[in-house]
Amino acid sequence: MGETYIKHKYDPILPQKDEWPVVKLSKSRKEFIRTVAEASKQSVLQITNNNIDLLKEELETTLYREKLRIKQNPWAVDPDDEQDFWRKVKSNLVQLSQDGSLNKTQKKKKYIEILDEITTRYAEEIASNFIHSHYKLTRRMVTYGFSRLLNAARVKGIKSIFSNQYTLQDKIQIVGETDQIRELASKGTIVMVPTHFSNLDSILIGWIISVLGLPPFIYGAGLNLFNIGIFAYFMNALGAYKVDRRKKNLPYLETLKTYSSEAIQFGVHSLFFPGGTRSRSGMIEKKLKLGLLSTAVEAQRANFQKGVDDVAGKIFIVPVTINYHFVLEAPSLIREHLSITGQERYYKESDEFSTSYKISKFLVKFFTKGSDISVSIGKAMDVLGNYVDTDGHSIDKHGRKINTSDYFKANGKVSVDVQREEEYTHHLGKRIVEEFHKINRIFSSHLLAFAAFQIIKKENKKMDLYSLLRLPEEDIEISYDSFKATCEKLLEEITELEAEGKVQIAPHMKEGIDKIIDHGLANVGMYHAKRPLVKNQDGNIVTQDLSLLYFYHNRLVGYELEKHFK
Amino acid sequence: MSSKSISNKKSIGVVGMGSFGTAVANILAAKNKVIAYARRAEVVEEINTMHTVDGSKIHEDILGTQDPEYLCKSCDTIFFMVPSAAFQEVIRAFSPFLYPYHMVIHGTKGLCLNLPEGKSLEEVAKISRKNILTMSEVILKETVVIRVGCLAGPNLAKELSAGQPAATVVASRFNEVILEGQRLLRNDKFQVYGNSDIVGVELSGVLKNIIAIASGALAGLGLGENAKGLLISRGMVELVYLGNALGGSLKSFIGLAGIGDLVTTCNSTLSRNYTVGFRLAKGEKLPDILNTMEEVAEGINTVRLMKAFVEGTGMRAPITENLYKVLFEDLKIEEALQYLMKYPFSVDVDFI
Repeated sequence: MGETYIKHKYDPILPQKDEWPVVKLSKSRKEFIRTVAEASKQSVLQITNNNIDLLKEELETTLYREKLRIKQNPWAVDPDDEQDFWRKVKSNLVQLSQDGSLNKTQKKKKYIEILDEITTRYAEEIASNFIHSHYKLTRRMVTYGFSRLLNAARVKGIKSIFSNQYTLQDKIQIVGETDQIRELASKGTIVMVPTHFSNLDSILIGWIISVLGLPPFIYGAGLNLFNIGIFAYFMNALGAYKVDRRKKNLPYLETLKTYSSEAIQFGVHSLFFPGGTRSRSGMIEKKLKLGLLSTAVEAQRANFQKGVDDVAGKIFIVPVTINYHFVLEAPSLIREHLSITGQERYYKESDEFSTSYKISKFLVKFFTKGSDISVSIGKAMDVLGNYVDTDGHSIDKHGRKINTSDYFKANGKVSVDVQREEEYTHHLGKRIVEEFHKINRIFSSHLLAFAAFQIIKKENKKMDLYSLLRLPEEDIEISYDSFKATCEKLLEEITELEAEGKVQIAPHMKEGIDKIIDHGLANVGMYHAKRPLVKNQDGNIVTQDLSLLYFYHNRLVGYELEKHFK
Repeated sequence: MSSKSISNKKSIGVVGMGSFGTAVANILAAKNKVIAYARRAEVVEEINTMHTVDGSKIHEDILGTQDPEYLCKSCDTIFFMVPSAAFQEVIRAFSPFLYPYHMVIHGTKGLCLNLPEGKSLEEVAKISRKNILTMSEVILKETVVIRVGCLAGPNLAKELSAGQPAATVVASRFNEVILEGQRLLRNDKFQVYGNSDIVGVELSGVLKNIIAIASGALAGLGLGENAKGLLISRGMVELVYLGNALGGSLKSFIGLAGIGDLVTTCNSTLSRNYTVGFRLAKGEKLPDILNTMEEVAEGINTVRLMKAFVEGTGMRAPITENLYKVLFEDLKIEEALQYLMKYPFSVDVDFI
């Protein structure tokens, strides 16, 4: 892992789009949906223990919740026939419970038929709708649009809008195990798990995937995003499948998980944001949502069960961190975080991504000013968190090749054990968090924010976090010299961590402390109306928004650096 | 898990043929073929030719070996029953032959110090949770095995060998490990409970050794049952606090491996930890006691580790701290007792 950023464009690993797993999947969409619906039905039956009364209860609960949702929380994207569908389910259920002429087996069969209708409907609804021409167009628009903006801003004059001096890759640096992911993507199935700080992330990752020459990945996107026509177009183009967070009923959740698991088994590369939502606190995700992650473990076991023991059936987990100086949504995210964790009242502000005006304003700012983003691609792991070599073999901590299938064996045979897989998922989650911390790239702005906030905290030792954050910003001033000394010491600690392989440091951090501080001050949360850190007229360090400072400071939480401030 | 139909049924491994290891091997051998590992050639020889260990008869289906690789290849499930001082070393010797399909259950009550390279406990003085490994954590650290379990409870080897009724706890985060442990060990005279809080169960077995030393000391001073009742109850409170701070759950501490084992050990003159306390109270010095004991008293190491841990976290653990002074700083037992009697315990039970 050198200091050089990867700037060339990679050749696609699969030049023919017909070879792309996602295209293959969309070609056999119909059969695939059938497979998903059938498998989901089976897993609901299994969860209800094949017990007809439990199944009936589950169906009734589902019906009740769906009717409530339709009434209380309708969305534009909801299909028109929804009412009719659930009305029919209701009348079927009522009829069935009153019908005395059927014996138990016949009744059971009828209930399973109803379940089948529901899972089929859900599978249809979730399934992605990848259209290659749309994908191509979107990709071109993103790359073209971004680079036009970039050149207009950097190379002077409006004429330069057609200059090609700068490309997106000057702005967004890709570091890490790029060759490995390309290698493995052509051999097995990738599940990419990035950190999630901003709504920009999904577009960014989509672009990265294409720059690396990888075929498109599918990923679950909130159904709410499909409410907006233009978003729906983009999402479909990028291979998104739909996740409806309003639906919490068993058949839906099972269908969703089955969809993900079956797609992975089909060989389609997937993208999960394992934190679930954007990190509100600004910390690297510590607790992951294990629901989708468990589908990777399940798919791996299923492949082994089918006897696919070679690399073709292997699933590779690739952690990715996205490192920013600036997160557009930081003010609302941190306030939300504080209002959830603290008892104090915090006024919720509107989401900055709510209007397209705000989005475009941000994009212009982003390209015209020099705030860089880097994306670190981590080492690939198997579903138990063991590193793998370029041939896809799992390597244990002693450097020995091991078979991932051994983890799923009892008495010499691959067996299904839900509780075991839960534990494995839990273990995998922990490994991903560890890897996040290792490949996280520290920027000057993170260092400064951490140092400044810890100094302020130390000076107000007796206050809890919430009282601290309510200190009037005018009263806080850190003398430049002591700030510099603290930053220097912190940098030493971080450099030590880097030497131990526990974190990464961006190249601009090797330039001498004064330069680093200047760079950090210029960049930390640079587009916010209120800046987290600025130099005042006396050359001392002040803040305009403590909560924001806290947010950027949080990026370095989890390395036990706090202990140097006691 | 219906294993009767499987023709080439694998053997069960037992590593370490001390008194407890031998007792467990005998229980296992009632249902399965057992391969037992011992380090010394003469022990292996004795097992294979005479079917005895230290002169006591063992089951004939127990096969002795000195070869870790052979044992790992022949067994999917392996019980590690070695003293904690040798645990890490033995695990390292087996590690190259262990694979993810193995299940490992250990019966070792002890803690392992995990310090950065080249540091010793004397140098650091204070330690935190990450410097302490339970035995299952040692297994996870040193091997690729993930399906790990432990065996703990009031299981005095002599009574087990005599076939007296008893019970044990198999703890693991994996249900399949618990079920496997129950299937292999359970019989008419041996009840096996399951618990998913493996760390809590391990800690129960470890921390109770501190109280066992204290209990022996009380007996050595010639004190009676009132004092013992007081000690067990206050010891339990301390065990719960330390155990919680180390990541175990209360439920495990008040279970068979916690209170069950505590009561047994504090009453048993058979226990090594009890003996250490007893002889201390009779005026012997620690080095002399250790020199004349055949097997290690785990509690001494536990007291040292816990004292450093308590200092690292700022907690108070009066029994452990005073025992440390008695063991290592020549405090008289009578004085330690005086101190404890004056200690301001205000509330009886405040952890539930």
